[in-house]
Amino acid sequence: MNFTWFHRLGSPPYVYALAERLTPWFAWSAALLILAGLYGGLVLAPPDYQQGDGFRIIYVHAPSAWMSLMVYTSMALAAAVGLIWRIKVAHAAAAACAPVGASFTVAALVTGSLWGQPMWGTYWQWDPRLTSELVLLFLYLGYMGLRAGIEDTQRADRASAVLAVVGIINVPVIHYSVTWWNSLHQAPTVMRLAKSAMPPSMLVPLLMMLLGFTLFFGAVLLVRLRAEILTRERTSQWIREALGA
Amino acid sequence: MMEFLDMGGYAAFVWPAYAITFAVIAANIIWARRLLRQAQASARRRLAARGEQP
Repeated sequence: MNFTWFHRLGSPPYVYALAERLTPWFAWSAALLILAGLYGGLVLAPPDYQQGDGFRIIYVHAPSAWMSLMVYTSMALAAAVGLIWRIKVAHAAAAACAPVGASFTVAALVTGSLWGQPMWGTYWQWDPRLTSELVLLFLYLGYMGLRAGIEDTQRADRASAVLAVVGIINVPVIHYSVTWWNSLHQAPTVMRLAKSAMPPSMLVPLLMMLLGFTLFFGAVLLVRLRAEILTRERTSQWIREALGA
Repeated sequence: MMEFLDMGGYAAFVWPAYAITFAVIAANIIWARRLLRQAQASARRRLAARGEQP
């Protein structure tokens, strides 16, 4: 088995150049998918037979909630790789994930609460799903606070990586919270093994939004990663070439 | 058009949900680009400072 690709991904100049090349592809495909998903979700999809047009919140709520979990998982994986193989770029990637994940966790909580009021009659309940998602926000904020509180980058990397890896336990708790406990929140409609509970006219726009948001995360991560790499590689010669300075 | 904007009576919930989500998307674009510009500027300054020393 040839692992040179893995070693190249640990090299800051290689990753910096690769990130720069890939960003527009991620950004433009994300923009197209999100625009198409918006049109499909707001215009083409029929109203829900129970929730009427109120169900259309799903096209922003589900992708935001998906981002909150997917970004955390990426962050914890990158942190673990950084801890195990002592790869600086992996730590940089983990650090780049946190603010993105935190912001979409806020979006998931707010859109969920705007959906809860008309459907459940309340903006907030200390329900298993809602509470565990709020814990996720505090994990992101704790991670960012811990990094901000440690001056030395290498120590900040290691300490925050341990927090990220330990916190991953919350991700399956959030996902299965609606099955393990009695929750106000509905059971999964898309992310499940059985056939989806949605007709294609509703499901296809949702899948486009989910994929579009995921690619958007890719684009933002690549830009943030370049910033992180530049800040860490204090004086390397390759930066001169990369910046054309 | 008014019917579309009314969202079957759910306008007060649907539109704010879309607004906050796209505000988060826009904020992420702005933050990330500003962060990169700042990192590039400070890297340039560091390189220039080193270049001046013999």
